[in-house]
Amino acid sequence: MSIEVKEGRDIRKFVRDLVREHGDEKAELIPILHEVNRALGYISDEAIIELSERMHIPSSHIYSVATFYRMLSTEAHGRHVIQFCESAPCHVAGGRQVWQKLQNELGIKKGETSDDDKWTLLTTSCLGLCGVGPVMVIDSDIYGNVTPDQVPGILANYE
Amino acid sequence: MQTTRSMVLVSSDPESLDRGALDVFSTLQKQITKYGLEDEISLSMISDVSKHAMSPLVLVYPDAVIYGPVTKEDVPRIVEEHLYKGRVVEEKQISAYDLSGRVAWLSARKGTLPAENRIVLKNVGLIDPENIEEYIINEGYEALGKVLKEMSPEDTIKVIKDSGLRGRGGAGFPTGLKWQFVRGAKGSKKYVICNADESEPGTFKDRLVLEGDPHAIIEAMLIGAYAVGADEGYVYIRGEYGLAISRMKKAIQHAREYGLLGENIFGTDFSFDLHIHAGAGAYICGEETALIESIEGNRGEPRARPPYPTTAGLWQKPTLVNNVETLANIPAIIRNGPQWYKSIGTPSSPGTKVYTILGNVNVTGLIEVPMGITLREVISIYARGMKNGATFKLAQTGGSSGSIIPASLQDTPMDFDSFSKVGVSLGSGALLICNEDVCVVDLAKVLLNFFRFESCGKCNPCRIGNKRAYETLSNIAEGVGTMQDLKDLQMMSDQLVELSNCGLGQTAGSPLKDILTHFRAEVDAHVKLKVCPAGVCPMSGQRVYQFN
Repeated sequence: MSIEVKEGRDIRKFVRDLVREHGDEKAELIPILHEVNRALGYISDEAIIELSERMHIPSSHIYSVATFYRMLSTEAHGRHVIQFCESAPCHVAGGRQVWQKLQNELGIKKGETSDDDKWTLLTTSCLGLCGVGPVMVIDSDIYGNVTPDQVPGILANYE
Repeated sequence: MQTTRSMVLVSSDPESLDRGALDVFSTLQKQITKYGLEDEISLSMISDVSKHAMSPLVLVYPDAVIYGPVTKEDVPRIVEEHLYKGRVVEEKQISAYDLSGRVAWLSARKGTLPAENRIVLKNVGLIDPENIEEYIINEGYEALGKVLKEMSPEDTIKVIKDSGLRGRGGAGFPTGLKWQFVRGAKGSKKYVICNADESEPGTFKDRLVLEGDPHAIIEAMLIGAYAVGADEGYVYIRGEYGLAISRMKKAIQHAREYGLLGENIFGTDFSFDLHIHAGAGAYICGEETALIESIEGNRGEPRARPPYPTTAGLWQKPTLVNNVETLANIPAIIRNGPQWYKSIGTPSSPGTKVYTILGNVNVTGLIEVPMGITLREVISIYARGMKNGATFKLAQTGGSSGSIIPASLQDTPMDFDSFSKVGVSLGSGALLICNEDVCVVDLAKVLLNFFRFESCGKCNPCRIGNKRAYETLSNIAEGVGTMQDLKDLQMMSDQLVELSNCGLGQTAGSPLKDILTHFRAEVDAHVKLKVCPAGVCPMSGQRVYQFN
């Protein structure tokens, strides 16, 4: 997850360019929010205000959409985001123990970011990778058939 | 991965136990070990085969042979002759028709156990999905050509109606009828949407079709658009499916280059173009009106119905919404005709169903089999038995929105009508097979946690009901549940089903109903004895949620 544009004028320009590229139809809102989220790591207030002006959509509507969908975030995350699947197939395949181990290793709970801003720990619903459960995703790397013993080794892969 | 060649089941209903089923079981265990077959044969006890004078029964799969009554003295001969040498011990064999109807299928199906029959997954894994020519060589776009050149839209709808195809998204609505509604709806602008927002836990069949055979979906959508009179379409793919999105993008690009999308397709005056909309992570968007709201740039909150999307859908225009698996059947039906399609599956639910097999079994994965096969067959044949010879306790079908099916219903044919008759649902085709280490309270807690999280919050029964049901289950799992809690759960289950606005809340009540109906004793043990029989729940005695 790379932050290419910083708070301030650059975000406004980035959003303006996106709206020019996609058009200002309301149907383009979610695709644009996707791109903002990908570039910034989250959707900042600044981005919402600029979008509202450019697309002629109330900022309250944009905020309500941005907070509705799981893949969009209105809060900054740590450098690495861990998503752990908590749906039944992974749960039955031993996910409960892995989840416990993960929280112990990181010292944070569901939805929290570590003090050094390295990790954000999230749970997710099914990712459609149930054949290899339990599944967790770190940034965009997928780990399947995870056992509690493997957790420290997996986490050590990230700076 | 361990696989077994046979599965041996010993009945363990009270009558069988009374007549020495445990001795039979332990002797079987010894004899199987004696012949060194323990890696090839799985052995389990099953409850609820039938109450019968011939118990205890020994069932051998996949040969579909039933022995009864079996004493421990009979065991060495059965193991040596049947399991070791492969010869049925005829003197001890009984006909399935002597038993209750529930296992009568056993002998009826002897020797004709269903093989996989791939229609939806015909090309998946066999062709290069990024090469349109490979699809075309494998009868691709043949059905489209046939429809555009030889058939009127009405003919096309009639073929789909006659085939008896029913929507594979879970509800089983007749596809041809839906097409007819959209065709008959007033308006010159119409849309076709492919619902590929597959978010049902345990289900990944649509992902494999999108990744492995994207042109089949494009072809089916073209046929649908021609039939209903639409000129524009959307494929709504869940945002998490990155590979599926990129494959579909490429496929659409190639189809445009080949003149299969765009203006005047095949030199006719039929025109159609297709867009992709990537979801942003919301289970509720699998509900068709929520999906439409999401394409329009709104929160994915389901609309009140009627009007249905068939008359007022995307931008209030008549819209056809079909699931990926439903669409993947269309080209084959057009090519081979409705009679061919009806010859597969059961009379009321023709065709095949794709199942994802998961959980405590030897082989997990994806199968496509005719409608109407039973859970027992899926477990013993395709999943090669329970892992480590454990006992089958329950199956959770259809992702979260399905049912919790107890072992006693494992001989019910899996089709829309047979399942609804016994009060369970086929759902999306996920089969989460669980052994006795799984606790039903814990499982229901996980499911309700899912619904609590995924509820869109628009209507009160779903938003509040799922939260309260989860909290109540959590208290029960901590050993502080009361009998009143069980009554409340029953009430919440009923209210979720009856009062929720859309399918999410309506199906959220079913796990509660299922555990209270089929596993009441286990739930009661948590409340009355403060014991979790499966040893899963924490039972800390600490109340985690406080109610007034």
